[in-house]
Amino acid sequence: MSVLQLEKISKNFGAIQALIDVSFGIEEGEIVGLMGDNGAGKSTLLKIVAGNFQPSSGKMIYENHNQIFNKPVDARNAGIETVYQDLALCNHLTAASNVFLGREIKKGFGPFKYLDYPKMFAKSAELFEELKSETRPRDLCMQMSGGQRQAVAIARIRLSNPKLVLMDEPTAAVSVRQVAEVLDLIKRLKEKNIAVLLISHRMPDIFEVCDKLVVLRRGERVCNKNIKDSSTEEATGLITGAIERI
Amino acid sequence: MVAETSHQEIISKTEKNIFQKLLSEQSFWVTVALFIICFIMFFVEDAFSSKDNFFNITRNFSFIGIIAVGMTFVIITAGIDLSVGSIMGLTGVVCGLFLDATYLPSWYYEAIVDGGFVVNIYVWVAIFVALLAGAILGAINGFLIAYLKLSPFVVTLGMMAMARSLALVVSNNKMFYQFGPKDELFYEIGGGSILGIANASWLLVVLTIFMGWVLKYTAYGKHVYAVGSNKNAAELTGINVRWIEMSVYMISGFFAAVAAVMIVGWMGSVTNALGYAYELRVIAATVIGGANLMGGVGSTYGAFIGAALMETIRNSLLMAGIDPYWQGTFLGLFIIGAVWLEKVKNKKIWVSFY
Repeated sequence: MSVLQLEKISKNFGAIQALIDVSFGIEEGEIVGLMGDNGAGKSTLLKIVAGNFQPSSGKMIYENHNQIFNKPVDARNAGIETVYQDLALCNHLTAASNVFLGREIKKGFGPFKYLDYPKMFAKSAELFEELKSETRPRDLCMQMSGGQRQAVAIARIRLSNPKLVLMDEPTAAVSVRQVAEVLDLIKRLKEKNIAVLLISHRMPDIFEVCDKLVVLRRGERVCNKNIKDSSTEEATGLITGAIERI
Repeated sequence: MVAETSHQEIISKTEKNIFQKLLSEQSFWVTVALFIICFIMFFVEDAFSSKDNFFNITRNFSFIGIIAVGMTFVIITAGIDLSVGSIMGLTGVVCGLFLDATYLPSWYYEAIVDGGFVVNIYVWVAIFVALLAGAILGAINGFLIAYLKLSPFVVTLGMMAMARSLALVVSNNKMFYQFGPKDELFYEIGGGSILGIANASWLLVVLTIFMGWVLKYTAYGKHVYAVGSNKNAAELTGINVRWIEMSVYMISGFFAAVAAVMIVGWMGSVTNALGYAYELRVIAATVIGGANLMGGVGSTYGAFIGAALMETIRNSLLMAGIDPYWQGTFLGLFIIGAVWLEKVKNKKIWVSFY
């Protein structure tokens, strides 16, 4: 079943054409790799899906409804979660607090509500276990490795059971050793039948986890094919323009 | 069931054990410093450990401590409130004005003070008006900072000048010292004591514990830390960042008013100079207690113990017969030392991290 279908999405900022008639779809439990050189329009596209920007023209069909999100909150309420490049974590808070930030579990009655730490610790431990991460709920994010921080960010989005997860360069800021950890986390999302739109510059990452490859060049979609039918050479050619279009 | 137990194990595990955690807390080291000073003074000066002196010290730092508890919230959000001293002055004068109702329109005096349907009500009205004024002044600060995105330093600097000037306007540069027919009640609230400890000190203890609980065990408190730690992230998770920012200045203004009411009751008079230069002492107490001006770190216990340390140093220096001119030097050393300690601590984390 198709989760998201983009049809002829265009976006211009004044005279600059950031996106020109971009169309592709994402199926349930599918990981789509979005590649392209700097300025190709990847982030703009991601922001349109997430509700930060609205397209100048084109249609977005999400869960069989034609809809454009006006605010990031609308997209999130509809089940589209975003993992930001800087992960948007609070360093001074514990892993569990970060996971539940803004959606804390409380107990008590009426206005006298206080945080239910045992429940939050238990639930976040469960999530970290599900993600096969060694992150401990009570550790401060300040002291964590890049992979663990990534796990916290992903555990946070798992909490809301999203349909679609948008990830912007999740492997850009982590060490080589931790890249594998992050890619595992992305695979766990797929196991839960969650669709992922993954932006990355790193060719090996895309080819390891993605099912489909979409390449943008100067705002145009130049490739939309199964990753098995493609190769890193082809992708490089498409990104740089050595190969015109497939 | 197996998974259940392994969860429990993971949950109970932390980077540091309780002892290590304690050692990494600045407020712990300040407490140690406080005990060392008390220990030395115990042998150096007999009068230091007298009951009267204990009463004096605890009462003296209570007023600074109460404001510092409110200031902690502001500093955790990476803000600063320079106007607390002036807010204290203005709210103190307002409180005095409503107690000394001879300056107010005669209908107020006749209705509330003289012919009040409840005997003491005018005292409570005066206290309520003062506290309300504190919260409103804080709300003005907060609105300008959170919604108009002005710099906290500049906004509260402006409020510091305005509130002090308004204190002059309201008081017409007069001193209020006649607090109406039931003045004993008001004196008792601010100047009384229970079980040999001043009311102000009890209030400080209660506020420290309660506001500490709010910070640790409520979603509001968590959000205050989140805003100070990473405002952008807090915004993205759906926290109402602007409201949190505004509310902490309201808390700060309100607590300044609470301190004003208590100190006026204790002193038995109020002038527009009340709370002059208090803001720096309050910020000093908060910072000594471990709050970080960069945001995300701080505790009400830290504010409490920071205020206690400052007053104990002052008292000890006087008792030890050291020229009072030196007081500022020692206080300054402690402030800088506190910031340095924070730096060293972070460095250690840095090293173990890489």
